[in-house]
Amino acid sequence: MTPPAVRSAGLTKRFRSGQVAVDGIELEVPRGSVYGFLGPNGSGKTTTIRMLLGLVRPTAGRAWLLEEPMPEGGGSVLPRVGVLVEGPAFHPYLTGRANLARLDAADATADPRTTRRRSDAALERVGLAAAAAKPFRQYSLGMKQRLGLAAALLRPRDLLVLDEPTNGLDPQGTREVRHLIRELADAGTTVLVSSHLLAEIDQVCSHIGIMSQGKLLVQDERLALTERGEPTLVVRTAVDHVGTATEVLTALGLGAPVVDGPEVTASLGSVAPETATAALVGAGVPVVGLEARRPSLEQLFVTLTGEGFDVAR
Amino acid sequence: MSRAEGGSRLLRSELSLVFGRRRNITLLVGLATVPLLLGIVLFVTQDSALAGQGPGFVGRVTGNGLFLVVSSLVMCLPFLLPLTIGIASGDAIAGEAQAGTLRYLLAVPVSRTRVLVVKAVAALAFAGAAVAAIALMALLSGAVLFGLDDVTLLSGSTVPLGEGVLRIAGVAVYVGLSLTGLVAVGLFFSTLTEVPVGAMAATVVVAIVSAVLDTLPQLAAIHPGLLTHHWLDFAEFLRLEVDWGVLGEGLAVQGAWVAIFASLAWSRFTTADVTS
Ligand SMILES: Nc1ncnc2c1ncn2[C@@H]1O[C@H](COP(=O)(O)OP(=O)(O)OP(=O)(O)O)[C@@H](O)[C@H]1O
Ligand SMILES: [Mg+2]
Repeated sequence: MTPPAVRSAGLTKRFRSGQVAVDGIELEVPRGSVYGFLGPNGSGKTTTIRMLLGLVRPTAGRAWLLEEPMPEGGGSVLPRVGVLVEGPAFHPYLTGRANLARLDAADATADPRTTRRRSDAALERVGLAAAAAKPFRQYSLGMKQRLGLAAALLRPRDLLVLDEPTNGLDPQGTREVRHLIRELADAGTTVLVSSHLLAEIDQVCSHIGIMSQGKLLVQDERLALTERGEPTLVVRTAVDHVGTATEVLTALGLGAPVVDGPEVTASLGSVAPETATAALVGAGVPVVGLEARRPSLEQLFVTLTGEGFDVAR
Repeated sequence: MSRAEGGSRLLRSELSLVFGRRRNITLLVGLATVPLLLGIVLFVTQDSALAGQGPGFVGRVTGNGLFLVVSSLVMCLPFLLPLTIGIASGDAIAGEAQAGTLRYLLAVPVSRTRVLVVKAVAALAFAGAAVAAIALMALLSGAVLFGLDDVTLLSGSTVPLGEGVLRIAGVAVYVGLSLTGLVAVGLFFSTLTEVPVGAMAATVVVAIVSAVLDTLPQLAAIHPGLLTHHWLDFAEFLRLEVDWGVLGEGLAVQGAWVAIFASLAWSRFTTADVTS
């Protein structure tokens, strides 16, 4: 098995205020994965990312990026890592393109002869080519975010660390970012992407880690995670048949049926959805719709923490 | 591609950032108007009863435009030059921290030592440019308004124009080097905060407090080590026999301030959490 692209051992940050923002987390981001780093506001995602990049010194624990220990190995490994940390930040009076040139000039390992070509390609890729010559100050929120992504894509990267990449983007932009992440992952780039909006990046992730109050509650393949939750069956029928439907489902062994208008929801347990369908039809229940649902990540989070997906402190 | 080349690329980028910024250009233009205004005032009043009055070398300007360089530098030393240094050096790290660009610079990656060195060199270059802007504009205005002549030294003896220009250039270089300590102080303050204005103000305050302490006779013992104590020692260049010992001492004091505050800035910046 290839070693993970990002790994941490007991990574902890206690700020001078005394707050433990990150509490001994064991991160493991497999090579080639799209790792959704999720958690409510203030759960410690950005602080973790800052420690991974060597911006913040851990109080305890260690971290490795592409097998290099951080922060010592930063000089050699960071050129292979594209980053977006806590929103984009650029010089307001420089144009988008000049800002990219500035970052490229800072990179001792970048070839200055290809700066223009690479920055234009990156701007093109994030749909910002038309605004390349505008000062950053005049960019809209979404344009700023896109420039941040362009900076992360200035060179071919083995790893992308994107903190809230969809922040401020319109639905179209959010879709584009998901698409971009998918595309990069398909080309072999490992992507660590954080978000406090569970649904926003859920769909592109192959792996998920969920933070809450500085702790990494779970991390696993996304499919394995969602399979942990109880599947439910939702049957839609006519309002005067919900009674019969409930009886049939209970007889089959489905648990806790809940009636809501023409819908009956019950937990599937080990019953196959097709068995339930056949039984309902056999009992003369007119089935208008039927769906076997896995719990959403949000529900999973609630079951894990017993709380909503809100700021905890 | 070598590290050195990469380093100079970043330095070039930094210099174009500093010298391309409108605020900084305005500052240089503002400084350059000081000798122009001073020259015009002296030119207009030279036939009046006020002629020959004024602090420092002002009285000599109407006789020889070359002295406008010295007078202008003397005028700018107490406040305008410290303000310029404060703005350039206080902004160095704190400005990037406030804009959030510091975290991206460090993630490029650029080592923190290199960021600090590049920022220091750019701030020093700006300090040099500030002194040069005053000196060159003074030379130009002085030449046009009063003409240039052989230089009469403090002792009353006269040296030819060529040597006079060299001596005046020496004054400007000494003034520029006298500001290096303050640049280091500003750079250190700049590593302490994410609020550039705070670092700028603190730097200016240091220069002013140093000048005030320098006037208190009770503190005579510490005067030689004060940041601003030797700033006016450039007058050595206007003596027949330049006492290099005096100039050397002034520069040594600056060197000590630079060494102390550069070390402080380095130890602070290389260990600080970047949470901006
Ligand atoms: N410089 C700091 N000093 C003290 N506490 C801090 C500092 N930075 C962050 N914190 C605290 O650490 C906790 C984690 O913050 P962090 O920014 O890592 O959260 P996050 O998961 O990225 O949240 P969000 O989704 O809002 O971006 C928060 O409670 C925050 O108040
Ligand atoms: Mg965050």
